[in-house]
Amino acid sequence: MRETVLKSVHQALGARMVPFGGWDMPVQYSGILEEARTVRSAAGLFDLGHMGRVRVRGGDAEAFLQRLQTNDASQIPPGRIRYAMILDDEGRTQDDILVYREPDGDGFFLVINAGNADRDLGIMRAQAADYSDLELIDQTDELAMIAVQGPKSEAIVSKITDMDLTSVKYYAWARGPILGVGGAVSRTGYTGEDGFEIYLPQDTAVRAWETLLANGKSEGLEPCGLGSRDILRLEAGMPLYGHEIDETTTPLDAGLTFGVKFTHDFVGREALERIQAAGGPTRRLVGLETESRRVPRQGYPIVHGGETVGVVCSGGASPTRGKNIATAYVPHHLGEPGTELGFAIRDKAEPAVVVPLPFYKRAR
Amino acid sequence: MRPNDRQYLKSHEWCKIDGDVATIGISDYAVEHLSDLVFLDLPAVGSTVSAGEPFGEIESVKAVSDIYSPVSGEIVEVNEALPDDLDTLKADAFEAGWMIRVKVSSTAPDLMDGPGYDQHLAAEQG
Repeated sequence: MRETVLKSVHQALGARMVPFGGWDMPVQYSGILEEARTVRSAAGLFDLGHMGRVRVRGGDAEAFLQRLQTNDASQIPPGRIRYAMILDDEGRTQDDILVYREPDGDGFFLVINAGNADRDLGIMRAQAADYSDLELIDQTDELAMIAVQGPKSEAIVSKITDMDLTSVKYYAWARGPILGVGGAVSRTGYTGEDGFEIYLPQDTAVRAWETLLANGKSEGLEPCGLGSRDILRLEAGMPLYGHEIDETTTPLDAGLTFGVKFTHDFVGREALERIQAAGGPTRRLVGLETESRRVPRQGYPIVHGGETVGVVCSGGASPTRGKNIATAYVPHHLGEPGTELGFAIRDKAEPAVVVPLPFYKRAR
Repeated sequence: MRPNDRQYLKSHEWCKIDGDVATIGISDYAVEHLSDLVFLDLPAVGSTVSAGEPFGEIESVKAVSDIYSPVSGEIVEVNEALPDDLDTLKADAFEAGWMIRVKVSSTAPDLMDGPGYDQHLAAEQG
């Protein structure tokens, strides 16, 4: 199992470690719900060293990305970021990624999922053979990745960098000194809150983590694990690979068409167009809320009128809503908000109702 | 150090036998490890339990777990208030957090005493 450079720091903080995407990662420190509330009210500090990070350079970088992924790389201004997916020829999702255009315009930077990183790199290297002026650099081992998420994030991150964070807007990024060392900061995250993801050399990571934690205490900053990150992203309606999206779903099923631009020739485009021409997907991804104390969990059947009609993708106890929530795939005609469905847990059906996604949207 | 006035299963349940009645619950380690409890399902008085078999379910924000019985016998009392007050488990897993009382007909063969259970926990945590 792979370890991030911060593992011993997590252990000293009393974190519980679990395997995730091939990495030994902290799932919680004080408790999942408490950490989730901390991110909503103040700020949380996350180690995201497991995420894959790839630099794409060269004169063919844009052409390569136009083929690789679903968003329109030619329309991303320098210093901006877009959500996208990598599909196969049948339009099935191989990964969801963030595409960063370098602030100086010289190529791109990709953030990919840990569990898919090897497959993604295989796809990228195979496609790269078609281009002569292209450089792919896997920076996962050389860069650390730390997130600060929550309403107090800007005040906290400004304590380790002289970069003007106010000018780094949502889904934008900048390169510059962090603790005097070259790094990068993006205003992105996976929690539904304002926040930053920070990239810096591995040998600066422990110092950055400890400096953030020490200086952020007064703002309420606490270390947070992947458990709280999961419920926060679920509340925010953000998909997790292996749950809402996987090799059996298309972006049309998952309602992720904002990340798909039919302006360029990406792998999977023809398959998506065929599905749309045939009337679109037969199922849809919906939000569910339940009054039950039972937590809907991945794989539980969704029932309606005594029939199994779908399956739960993700579920959890939502500290923000005070109820248990889930995402699920259901037939189109059962996807309207207000539709009463059930989720089956050990042969007992618990009631749930379809609600609009996302479950949580921060006030801006 | 866990109390040595009772016995434990590897799956973190305890039983305290007084005469022919066993009081059964789960250890502080189990409660701590489950974290953020949301649901507890206990059986009714009069039903029977079998040593080493599940008698109830406990659910945390992370997962659903079975609760195994250290003894076989008939349930004579259930801590009815507990499912509605899971904080009691957190505060006092070994006394106020008891779950069921069973008239014992036999016990599981692999019960450990307090020090034995502590040793098992040390090994489990590596």
